[in-house]
Amino acid sequence: MELYNGPLDTKEIFGRWLDEQAVSNYGAYIPFVGTIRAEDDIEALSFDIYEPVLQKWFDEWQEKAKALGAVVKMAHSLGDVPVHTSSYVSAVFSPRRRVALELIDAFVEDFKANAPIWKYDVKNGARIYAADRSTPMDGAGLLK
Amino acid sequence: MIKVEFLGPIGKEPVEMEASTLADVSAKLKEDSTLLVWLDKCAVALNDNMVNDLNTVLKDGDRVSILPPVCGG
Repeated sequence: MELYNGPLDTKEIFGRWLDEQAVSNYGAYIPFVGTIRAEDDIEALSFDIYEPVLQKWFDEWQEKAKALGAVVKMAHSLGDVPVHTSSYVSAVFSPRRRVALELIDAFVEDFKANAPIWKYDVKNGARIYAADRSTPMDGAGLLK
Repeated sequence: MIKVEFLGPIGKEPVEMEASTLADVSAKLKEDSTLLVWLDKCAVALNDNMVNDLNTVLKDGDRVSILPPVCGG
């Protein structure tokens, strides 16, 4: 798992991951890129991350992937990420395409639901929590 | 004494309190009216492990984290 301040250098990350697995004999490599769209007059999105829980979440996904003979990778931005740049990349390597296609779907969806990352719109330099696009994590409401 | 920290957009400084279970933490946090809008949608971690049981027993020095709704990517 890799965290960076500001936008991701997607080509460097994907190229490096590809090089790392060049002779691992995986038949499928599926990258996913999340890019900031220009909408609602935002200048950027901004992110807070709680790394200890994110690392545990990611470690559990590495174990799930390993049980399928696959590998999951991810990188995410901290702080401000301007429109038309990327804040999130992930990838799956697996021996066969079917496992990789299903795993990237489950991995990215669970990432959206349970990775401890908070998103803010940046407008006129102000940081506004994206409450309406955010999802309560599994187990939310315990203390209500 | 345990410590409660509020992550992401909640924007509140950590608080210390006496609590023997997470139910005690819930009761004390509900005394703060600014937290009422958050508690029904926040998940909870104890020493960085996600927890789902109000009867979870706490010990001196434990750290409880309050995690509001997320949106990575």
